Amino acid sequence: MANNFGRILSSKRNVGILSLIGAGSLTAGFLLNREHVTAGAQARRVYPASAEYPDLRKHNNCMASHLTPAIYAKLVDKATPNGYSLDQAIQTGVDNPGHPFIKTVGMVAGDEESYEVFADLLDPVIKERHNGYDPQIMTHPTDLDSSKLTSGNFDERYVLSSRVRTGRSIRGLSLPPACTRAERREVERVVVDALAGLKGDLAGTYYSLTHMTDQEQQQLIDDHFLFDKPVSPLLTCSGMARDWPDARGIWHNNTKTFLIWINEEDHTRVISMEKGGNMKRVFDRFCTGLKEVERLIQEKGWEFMWNERLGYILTCPSNLGTGLRAGVHVNLPKLSKDPRFTKILDNLRLQKRGTGGVDTAAVGSTFDISNLDRLGQSEVQLVQTVVDGVNYLIDCEKKLEKGQDIKIPPPFKK
Amino acid sequence: MAKLTIKRLSPEEEFPDLSQHNNHMAKVLTQDMYTKLRDRATPNGFTIDGVIQTGIDNPGHPFIMTVGCVAGDEETYEVFKELLDPIIEDRHGGYKPTDKHKTDLNPDNLKGGDDLDPNYVISSRVRTGRSIRGFCLPPHCSRGERRGVEKMSVEALDSLSGDLKGKYYALKNMTDAEQQQLIDDHFLFDKPVSPLLLASGMARDWPDGRGIWHNDTKTFLVWVNEEDHLRVISMQKGGNMKEVFNRFCTGLTKIETLFKDKGTSFMWNEHLGYVLTCPSNLGTGLRAGVHVKIPNMSKHDKFEEVLKRLRLQKRGTGGVDTAAVGGTFDISNADRLGFSEVELVQMVVDGVKLLVEMEKKLEKGQSIDDLMPAQK
Repeated sequence: MANNFGRILSSKRNVGILSLIGAGSLTAGFLLNREHVTAGAQARRVYPASAEYPDLRKHNNCMASHLTPAIYAKLVDKATPNGYSLDQAIQTGVDNPGHPFIKTVGMVAGDEESYEVFADLLDPVIKERHNGYDPQIMTHPTDLDSSKLTSGNFDERYVLSSRVRTGRSIRGLSLPPACTRAERREVERVVVDALAGLKGDLAGTYYSLTHMTDQEQQQLIDDHFLFDKPVSPLLTCSGMARDWPDARGIWHNNTKTFLIWINEEDHTRVISMEKGGNMKRVFDRFCTGLKEVERLIQEKGWEFMWNERLGYILTCPSNLGTGLRAGVHVNLPKLSKDPRFTKILDNLRLQKRGTGGVDTAAVGSTFDISNLDRLGQSEVQLVQTVVDGVNYLIDCEKKLEKGQDIKIPPPFKK
Repeated sequence: MAKLTIKRLSPEEEFPDLSQHNNHMAKVLTQDMYTKLRDRATPNGFTIDGVIQTGIDNPGHPFIMTVGCVAGDEETYEVFKELLDPIIEDRHGGYKPTDKHKTDLNPDNLKGGDDLDPNYVISSRVRTGRSIRGFCLPPHCSRGERRGVEKMSVEALDSLSGDLKGKYYALKNMTDAEQQQLIDDHFLFDKPVSPLLLASGMARDWPDGRGIWHNDTKTFLVWVNEEDHLRVISMQKGGNMKEVFNRFCTGLTKIETLFKDKGTSFMWNEHLGYVLTCPSNLGTGLRAGVHVKIPNMSKHDKFEEVLKRLRLQKRGTGGVDTAAVGGTFDISNADRLGFSEVELVQMVVDGVKLLVEMEKKLEKGQSIDDLMPAQK
């Protein structure tokens, strides 16, 4: 970690790191004006960790399950090199106790180093959220070779659209919960600069949220591309919506099949999508586009946050590894009413959502079906899981149409 | 002192985009000022970005001018003077950095106020806020500090006696029955939803450290750790503002004495009076008001002018940013700083008396021209 940090400082433009330690020390550019302290004011009371420990008795999220008073006491006085603290990381989980049926993560990372500095809390959270993946002993495989994908063309009488999304973070800049305005603007500059270098069917245009015209806004809404200021308290409590809409925007290619969100919940969210069932082509474009963007930012001396332990680093621990959600909108009128539907999905390692995305209901019998997992398997493996799984679901639907019986598949083995 | 590490790029790159904004902070903050102020922090580590975040996140409204900044601790008003002094001057009717604020909590100095016509004046209320010196304010306090404020406040309130004797209800330990009773009494406050408040960070860790205290007769009420450390409210049905103000002053003075016995005090200074989270509540932090039935007066085309001259403001009966119901308005003092508590309550008492007189005239179809007041 220290090596990474040193490299960032030397290779980038001047980033001011200011720190104040103790009552009397000064470092370059940072002044503590003692004369501004009101005469006779009491010194700030510094409370012990036990007085600061949050009340988590009504909470049901991964952070609350693993943050013991001992771990809190150990980590509370630490900060990442950018000054991000434990209290900041867990704020969203303290403010959002959760739901008895839905277990949220309950914490975020403010920067890449959060995953190291707060590993005593984040590792068990990651293990719980990612089905036993142990960051202390395992490594995560990255594989963006889409040529390995087989049978990636779905029956379009059932599959209406196909989509793959992930996120990427720019190394050296803090993540949305903690970034300053200038860092966020730098993320925008770096990414938009790189995207301007895309060619052929990837060539496109950037629409900044601040400068969008009414017409452009309407077009983006009609295309279902526009994202708005988050309203979910899960997100707003982490501080990621500060300064909205400064440095936020949407980029998409001219054919509207490759889309990038800038500075929403992550530095970037990358989406490849099309109507119909050609998941192979969607995944091809996804991999090609991602690799091309990576090449373009590397030309300018930047890189994505990634390591062997955790794969691609994103704001929410639930999106580590591949950060990948590959899914389809698929019509399954008979299967969705079958009592075995949920079990079949479970064994295929798939999840269902409504067609409005996470936390929405299905319309009619059209569902959003996607991979459950993010970490511990590669991109190719996860998309193959979706392909095989959706093909199985369509097969079940066809059988039910003919009055034949269906089987619950055996539980998925990696 | 804890380590304070701040990563920053240049002040030009960090300066917020305020081109769409209409609030006091956006009017005053320049690049030069930002460049100067961002190298400072209060002894508790509160920075300029913390002060202005709410004003950046809430551009405001073309017609309503919000303040757009908050204090994280008492020292904020000193350390960031260059920003806050002009905002205070603009918001508080020209109050200068060299002006001195008068505090007067002697209810004997109020003339009249016990005879507002109860056929028109439905209820009377006085509220203010207080901050406990030595603790950070709600936008910046840690959980430990917030709990410290709660503990100290509840200890002080528990030792009140006579008609001020009462009970504390912590938000997180409240039973369903207690909660329903507090709702029925119109006492319960809930987690703020206004983005103006949320963006400042004051709702963190809700409902930890928050609660409501009230006396047995339900006429004296204290909110703990909502937008300020303490909000103190004296209220009752009818038009006896004198009694409301008596209880208000007595209660506040007793509480302040109790805090002094514990070795602390309220945040106060000669220039700004009582120090609270929002610059709009400096000075007295006082809003004295009535719910009054003035259906005819409120439709009169001189209504706004009369209020302006009397230095009063109107609100709906749901409080700030609500609409009036059926001709009943919440009428209260517009000022907070530069006038004493007695002076402000006097303005409300005299002003409401006049409004009721005007209402009676209009009921009889008579003119109110000869009753028009001079500008206070």
